[in-house]
Amino acid sequence: MTRRMVTIDGNEAAAYVAHHVNEVIAIYPITPSSGMGEMSDEWSAMGQKNIFGTVPLVAEMQSEAGAAGAVHGALQTGALTTTFTASQGLLLMIPNMFKIAGELTPAVFHVTARTVATHALSIFGDHSDVMAVRSTGFGLFASGSVQEVMDGALITQAASLAARLPFVHFFDGFRTSHEVNKLEQLTEDQMRAMMDPEAIRAHRSRAMTPDRPVLRGSAQNPDVFFQARETVNSFYAAAPEKVEAAMDRFAELTGRRYRLFDYHGAPDADRVVVLMGSAWETAHETVDHLLAHGEKVGIVKVRLYRPFSVKHFLSTLPKSARKIAVLDRTKEPGAAGEPLYKDVVSALAEAHLAGTSPFANLPMVVGGRYGLSCKEFTPAMVKAVFDNLKAAAPKNHFTVGIHDDVSMTSLDFDSEFTTEPKDVVRAVFFGLGADGTVGANKNSIKIIGEETDNYAQGYFVYDSKKAGAVTVSHLRFGPRPIRSTYLIRQANFVACHQWVFLEKYDMLRYAAPGAVFLVNTPYGRDEVWDRLPRAVQEQIIAKKLRFYAIDAYDVAKQTGMGSRVNTIMQTCFFAISGVLPRDEAIAKIKYSIEKSYSDKGAEVVRKNFEAVDHTLAHLHEIKVPEKATSRIEMPPTVSPEAPEFVRNFTAEIIAGRGDDLPVSAFPVDGTFPTGTTQWEKRSIALEIPVWDEKTCTQCGKCGIVCPHAAIRLKIYDAALREKAPPTFKSTAFKSKEFPGLAFTVQTAPEDCTGCGLCIEVCPAKNKAAPKLKAINMAPLLPLRVPERANYAFFLDLPEFDRTKLNISTVKYSQLLQPLFEYSGACAGCGETPYVKLLSQLFGDRAIVANATGCSSIYGGNLPTTPWAKNAEGRGPAWSNSLFEDNAEFGFGFRLTIDKLTEMARELVERLSGRIGGELATALLGAVMVDEKGLWEQRQRVVLLREKLAKDPSPEAKDLLSLADYLVKKSVWIVGGDGWAYDIGYGGLDHVMAMGRDVNMLVLDTEVYSNTGGQMSKATPLGAVAKFAAGGKPTAKKDLGLMAMSYGNVYVAKVALGAKDAQTVKAFLEAESFPGPSLIIAYSHCIAHGINMRNGLSEQKKAVECGLWPLFRYDPRRAAEGKNPLQLDSGALTMKVRDYAYGQTRWKMLTQYKPEDAERLMQAAQADAETRRKFYERLAGGDGAGETAEAGE
Amino acid sequence: MDLTTKYLGLTLPHPVVPSASQPLSKDLASLKRLEDNGAAAVILHSLFEEQIRLEADSLEHFLEQGSQSFAEALTYFPAPESYMHGPEEYLELVRQAKEVLSIPVIGSLNGISTGGWTEYARKIEQAGADAIELNIYYVATNPKLSSADVEQVYVDVLREVKSRVKIPVSVKMGPYVTALVHFAKRLEAAGADGLSLFNRFYQPDIDIEALEVAHELHLSTSAEMLLPLRWMAILRPHLTISLGATTGVHTPADALKLLMAGADVVHLCAAILKNGAPRIKEVRDGIAAWLTSHEYDSLNQARGSMSQASCPEPGAFERANYMKVVHSYRRR
Repeated sequence: MTRRMVTIDGNEAAAYVAHHVNEVIAIYPITPSSGMGEMSDEWSAMGQKNIFGTVPLVAEMQSEAGAAGAVHGALQTGALTTTFTASQGLLLMIPNMFKIAGELTPAVFHVTARTVATHALSIFGDHSDVMAVRSTGFGLFASGSVQEVMDGALITQAASLAARLPFVHFFDGFRTSHEVNKLEQLTEDQMRAMMDPEAIRAHRSRAMTPDRPVLRGSAQNPDVFFQARETVNSFYAAAPEKVEAAMDRFAELTGRRYRLFDYHGAPDADRVVVLMGSAWETAHETVDHLLAHGEKVGIVKVRLYRPFSVKHFLSTLPKSARKIAVLDRTKEPGAAGEPLYKDVVSALAEAHLAGTSPFANLPMVVGGRYGLSCKEFTPAMVKAVFDNLKAAAPKNHFTVGIHDDVSMTSLDFDSEFTTEPKDVVRAVFFGLGADGTVGANKNSIKIIGEETDNYAQGYFVYDSKKAGAVTVSHLRFGPRPIRSTYLIRQANFVACHQWVFLEKYDMLRYAAPGAVFLVNTPYGRDEVWDRLPRAVQEQIIAKKLRFYAIDAYDVAKQTGMGSRVNTIMQTCFFAISGVLPRDEAIAKIKYSIEKSYSDKGAEVVRKNFEAVDHTLAHLHEIKVPEKATSRIEMPPTVSPEAPEFVRNFTAEIIAGRGDDLPVSAFPVDGTFPTGTTQWEKRSIALEIPVWDEKTCTQCGKCGIVCPHAAIRLKIYDAALREKAPPTFKSTAFKSKEFPGLAFTVQTAPEDCTGCGLCIEVCPAKNKAAPKLKAINMAPLLPLRVPERANYAFFLDLPEFDRTKLNISTVKYSQLLQPLFEYSGACAGCGETPYVKLLSQLFGDRAIVANATGCSSIYGGNLPTTPWAKNAEGRGPAWSNSLFEDNAEFGFGFRLTIDKLTEMARELVERLSGRIGGELATALLGAVMVDEKGLWEQRQRVVLLREKLAKDPSPEAKDLLSLADYLVKKSVWIVGGDGWAYDIGYGGLDHVMAMGRDVNMLVLDTEVYSNTGGQMSKATPLGAVAKFAAGGKPTAKKDLGLMAMSYGNVYVAKVALGAKDAQTVKAFLEAESFPGPSLIIAYSHCIAHGINMRNGLSEQKKAVECGLWPLFRYDPRRAAEGKNPLQLDSGALTMKVRDYAYGQTRWKMLTQYKPEDAERLMQAAQADAETRRKFYERLAGGDGAGETAEAGE
Repeated sequence: MDLTTKYLGLTLPHPVVPSASQPLSKDLASLKRLEDNGAAAVILHSLFEEQIRLEADSLEHFLEQGSQSFAEALTYFPAPESYMHGPEEYLELVRQAKEVLSIPVIGSLNGISTGGWTEYARKIEQAGADAIELNIYYVATNPKLSSADVEQVYVDVLREVKSRVKIPVSVKMGPYVTALVHFAKRLEAAGADGLSLFNRFYQPDIDIEALEVAHELHLSTSAEMLLPLRWMAILRPHLTISLGATTGVHTPADALKLLMAGADVVHLCAAILKNGAPRIKEVRDGIAAWLTSHEYDSLNQARGSMSQASCPEPGAFERANYMKVVHSYRRR
């Protein structure tokens, strides 16, 4: 049988087997497991069959709880069924997992083990999720490498059927799920040979069917439950042998031998480490190194963690072992030890006490934690663990990989220690997401992995920011399988694909002495050296690096590649590294270009070919002088004016030194100060908007659409201009109410992402040259310094008194200070303008519950937070609980606020004698429906505080602690459509029904944006999304209509790009409505496949074609005898196709399923028209034709 | 009445051929409607060079936009096995048209440069097209380019397309050429199998309220037929290749004039857009009726009869006509 070697990641390895050996797959996207579901869906959509000759059914559910329910049902009715998940998703599956195991049902869940959210969410890998399902009765099986993932997926499937037990097959999130590695692919014959047809038929024979009716899932009483629960014991007792048998069979078929516990090390080792998952690869590599240096060490790889076979475990440990360290990639606070440690201790102790232990003396066992949330686990740390065991009294309950200066748990390690073999090529590439670096590197790995005898490994580190995202690629190539499951620290090739990185990142700390440093530079070969920062020059000289430069921007421009320098830099890598002979490498690059792009058109292939051909002539080795001459210094990470916390803590994370922060640097409960994005000056725009005060009509549209709050508007006393910097612009404010004031539109030059939304929305034209508007893009570089000064001056100008502004207009709303600024959202994001508007209108009294998703990431991902404070120190308080519970979480805020407000009022009444009857009456009778009313109440609270401060009574102290609740608080529940339409819909629905005053803002991008564009119930008919590769066959759920059916809920559907005035009005109405409010906001998104700069015109088209009707449903109107529904968008003036085919999500379907696309498009048109008529009827009477009210 | 004519080596039952226009040939149903209403052949709407370049670029761009940048969303779209973008859709239309229609199918390419896109000429041929109309739509805005340079572009594109196909190729061109007869002869020498006179350039307008360039399509009128009429009459005696007349053909009389001036076929566009596909039949039947009533033997007898070589007043197509018109105007 020929060995087929493939170079793929862990997710693909698992999905490959899962899709081949299952019949039904129920899924829900969650990082880092989403890829498995997406691939399965694509394969099924393409008609790829499983080993039984049929195409598996793939269904996306509304949550992992839903997926688990569907899996349970599919299993009970006899299908071979699987699912993929991680972290919170696995937790949501727990109730069904107990049932599935309790009913002795064979199934395998493939889990990319990921951190469970505690003090913070983390998408990265550890075993806290898997450990949380220990008690469900599922078998737990670990795989540590990409090859093992493929093999483990099949072994568990076979064992599960044989043992009649369900299994979680887990591997480390990101570290294994996203590592690309070369492996031997299983053949269909091998898979078929592992899947026992009798066991499958037995599973099917246990299925529920009316043809052989049974009842399962009874309710039992104290008399019988316990005994019934004990019936399963024999299955658990037999399971390890069944798994072992599957491993034996697997070894016969493939030659790859696995055991329940695998020992690697000296046969006479005295020190042994026990561990699970990808870390054993690094430990394996380290043990080899230590053995070569004469140490007697070994490791036990725990593959089958549940059921835990004490017998097999004890027989695996070398008899010589005297000291054992057990490593857990999880934390169980308050426990006597972490789970694997305790299993090992109890296995040894039980055997010892029972006299069955193979050891004469009970070995010493210590436990330690490592690698939480993908914290690096390096050979140096493995060595530290072994070294700890050398001590007479080794540290127990230790940590390794961090510096714990609080509880002193951490082991010291020598960060210089390395086990990297000399014959492995190690390359690190710094790129921008947008320049295609990662894609090119994945391609290089495939070329080397699949076209040569070399083994290859790739791992990619991404940014938490979506705009201007930086990527770091770690690639290894060598003659043996690569076990290094840690980042490269000593690279022999370092490439900088973006010149600007030189001043931002210390890339050469990755360079080994004598390494190659390749830089993409806009400067010529004679100039490039002098343009390097001094620190870079010094390192090049000190490490004796070979220095290469290429102007890839120029090559890209010449060959029509735009900003994508990927192919060019890839060609340079092959040319310099010599991994392959140069000509052969170029031929292979071209071959792979043809393979990846030929279906996208000959033109794309031609351009890439041309780029490859032009590269070598522009690549130069630069002679390195003996001395550093540059005067260019690396600028400080944050301004020296930043608060201490930002300078000492936040800046370290920004600079890429977060790993070095000690435990003591951290807040104990995950609480952080807000308003810190202002210190992270990223300067990622190439061009920024420049205001033309003479053309400007002062409409405020540029301000309201700016996703990053990088365009600010202010009115101020004209006299203040005297101290303005020389290029600061100002003009007279056009207003009858405020004559004599000055007005400025100011760009934040280093916070702008250059998206251009402001330019597109600006309605004013320069009469002499109408191509110019009142705001125009200009290159950042010459403007950066002067505009920085202008912006600083602008920020120092006092905010205008908000009580005097009529904030119900776009123009005046934009004079309010944004308290959501400079987030890491995509350039041109369609969501953040709404979030920012919320912060402007209500930020100083808002508390925000944020569902997990894009908004929680750009809103709450470290290092910095965009939620900010005003000069009085007030601003939105923000928290993210979970994805599924956001409405309930925010509802909890409301309950507390209502209760504490009531208590405060009760105290005011009770203490009215002491605080003054007049003040008490005013406090209790305050009308807080506008800014003035709120301001007045705040002043009363100041007075109240003054009075209470002198009163020593407990009641006065209580009122003092509650006094702020006398001022109205605004509860906002914010999230995306994945939350509102799918996973959180139940909660959202309930909260609407409860009638309390909460405001729900749905940022509707019509897909799960944060996890990469999976279909939600908000996805429109015919649009392509992941899990809807054939176009969504059903219409978008009309959430607004459903909400209206309650009658007591304020509902608005808005689209800033279509009618910004209606948006502002809807926000104000929703907030003022004393019950539940729901705003559904069209949010254009990168997942729509549009030019983000045109996002607002896409919104307009969506409204004009009827797919996005604008309306406001205000129950207060009913009380006035009016129709509560006002339709704010007019008759349809555009066909759906004219809107939809401007977006890739619809257009792409015409390119592979033209007939389906046409059918769905006609259905979408019909649906838009029917819905329009329906809304017109609903709005009827005085509701129709009131569009002007919210018009511009 | 025998209306048979030869165009680009194809023998057609009559000379009325709808011109290449997006609304007329956007899909198979539209093409079928043209055939059912008597079209002698169909010319598909143009596949644009920019479309070939842009569609490939934009699909790739938008599918990859934002990808491989953020850990949770390494891509934003599913990756189906294969795509068929704009040009492939076009080729599919050619294939389907050949399968379903019994009249000749002429493909149309529109571009201004040499390069990879001309490969689509071969693909159109492979898809079954009987001939190709090459629409060279070049607005010479670059002050560095002389008229000779511009003419060279036409010749180069034609040569490249000709080198890729065996089927006949006609050139659809505009009237703005300094020495049209000389240039037409150059195109003939470069291998053109026919010329189509004239491309009616889309002329942008200005919206003075919005301060925008207005993109409105104004349909032609019969009056615009006089420009091709003159040049048809002038060119006919100098060329042996096929000539098609387009712009302003609305009535049987319009068509007859152009045919008499020397056209082998007349192309209808605005007439069909205004009046529907039955106008094809009406023009065809009108030509036949006129020839019959005026006792012509066949269309052949009339064709070219009023070209500069055969007409009673050859000078009318030159400066002399200007003088005459001016004088006649003064006399009014």
